[in-house]
Amino acid sequence: MKLTDREIEILEILEKDALLSSDSIAKMIGLNKDETEEIIKKLQDEKIIVHYTTLIDWAKVDNYQGVTAMIDVKVTPKRGVGFREVAERIYRFQEVSSVYLMSGAYDLSVTVEGKSMNEIAQFVSEKLSTLDSVVSTTTHFQLKKYKHDGSVYDSDQNDNRIVVSP
Amino acid sequence: MTKTKEFVAESVQNMRPSGIRKFFDLAANMEGVVSLGVGEPDFVTSWSVREAAILSLEKGYTSYTANAGLLELRNEIADYMENRFHVKYDPKEEIIVTVGASQAIDIAMRAIINPGDEIIVVEPCFVSYVPLVELAGGKAVTIETKPEHDFKLQPDQLKQAITPKTKALLICSPNNPTGTQLTKEDLQGICDIVIEHDLLVIADEIYAELAYDIQHTSIASIEGMQERTILINGFSKGFAMTGWRLGFCCAPKEISHACLKIHQYAMMCASTPAQYAALEALQSGMDDVVQMTKDYRRRRNYIVSSLNEIGLDCHIPGGAFYAFPSIKSTGLSSEEFAEKLLMEQKVAVVPGNVFGKGGEGHIRCSYASSMEQLQEAIKRIKNFIEK
Ligand SMILES: Cc1ncc(COP(=O)(O)O)c(C=O)c1O
Repeated sequence: MKLTDREIEILEILEKDALLSSDSIAKMIGLNKDETEEIIKKLQDEKIIVHYTTLIDWAKVDNYQGVTAMIDVKVTPKRGVGFREVAERIYRFQEVSSVYLMSGAYDLSVTVEGKSMNEIAQFVSEKLSTLDSVVSTTTHFQLKKYKHDGSVYDSDQNDNRIVVSP
Repeated sequence: MTKTKEFVAESVQNMRPSGIRKFFDLAANMEGVVSLGVGEPDFVTSWSVREAAILSLEKGYTSYTANAGLLELRNEIADYMENRFHVKYDPKEEIIVTVGASQAIDIAMRAIINPGDEIIVVEPCFVSYVPLVELAGGKAVTIETKPEHDFKLQPDQLKQAITPKTKALLICSPNNPTGTQLTKEDLQGICDIVIEHDLLVIADEIYAELAYDIQHTSIASIEGMQERTILINGFSKGFAMTGWRLGFCCAPKEISHACLKIHQYAMMCASTPAQYAALEALQSGMDDVVQMTKDYRRRRNYIVSSLNEIGLDCHIPGGAFYAFPSIKSTGLSSEEFAEKLLMEQKVAVVPGNVFGKGGEGHIRCSYASSMEQLQEAIKRIKNFIEK
């Protein structure tokens, strides 16, 4: 679907900060509020805006348990449906937070979240590697997140400018 | 007892202190200030640029460069000026790398002014112009631009300000503090008079990259002007490199040689790591400039539209990162407005009167701040006005 410059601009703005009010966005791009809301609604209806979410640094929450693993999965694609069918089989598990088809040494990159390494190990051995088309898996556990979706966790970049200058 | 003050030169004793300083002192010690008073980008210099400077240090490039700057950098500047603004300068003879645009303005003044020469300065303007003209022994003749002309210099005004002593016109587009950008047509009207009276122009185009609706036109690109223009630009604003202190000036050979004489005695050369950083900025930093410009543009639209909505009339500035709304509807002077706003709502702005004639009745609101900060500032200014 081909979008207008305005529509793309709204997407760029929302991608950086989904909390901006439609009134502010309208002012930023020189439209009125209603027109802006209409465009946003259209983009949602078209599923171009898929979902709004919050980036949380769970590592800061002591009583939260969570582990993330990235799994390289090799599969045998099926005639007619290619990789889609196996991707579907994988992403339906609620433990799976992302699935990408990749070029290179393996086929699918699968991100899995669980409470513990054990839980993830179990998921991989019992659910993932037992799927018909899955040939092999390599599991990498994330140790620490530094940057995610363009945001730096724990950035120490402050505004160091003097408050008034020429 | 020695009267220490008498050691200070009269010209400096008589120099008025910058009005900005006063607001800085007031705001600097307050907590929770939202500042629209900042005259520099909120972006940090691109990492690739910072990295290039680090690499230059690792390689041990810590000595002086040529007085005029690294030839490699001057070559890049020449290409940049040609590709971006359609002005062609000889990197060996006509470009000098300086310590910020500030030093470029200073050496330009000192290179051209004979005692008593008049320099026409278009106000409201950057705070350093008049003092630098006077330090060089010149007389600053100021012209007041008006909001009803979008703060654009009118050819008639220029004509009236010219006397037999007039040496040069000092002009800045896009402008600090008004954000006004002069179009090619505006410049043509001014240049006709400049050429007719055989004047020189010092053009401060430090905000050239930050033009939001139409591309910046360099005054030197107008026919018959390059031979009578000292063009000043730099990396501070467009490339978000204020603290590196790196600018440059481009001028015809004879003038450039004169500037270089001063530069070599007063400064030797600009900082070497900064020159390597600037080289990288020109070679790979243009995408970041485009991205930053996009952001500024949206913030400009937001702030101008919001200011107008809450009753502070504001023309749409074509460039730089300042809105310059009128506060006349409040009945306060610009200093009163700025001081009260700071004390009552903790928003720092700069009162327009510090930028010279025509600035009274306005405040400068810099939108080099995050949307979050801008929204908060607008909320507070609205509270302030409604009280
Ligand atoms: C119009 C104008 N000229 C020159 C300068 C100084 O630039 P630099 O940091 O390159 O010395 C500024 C900075 O605020 C400015 O606004």
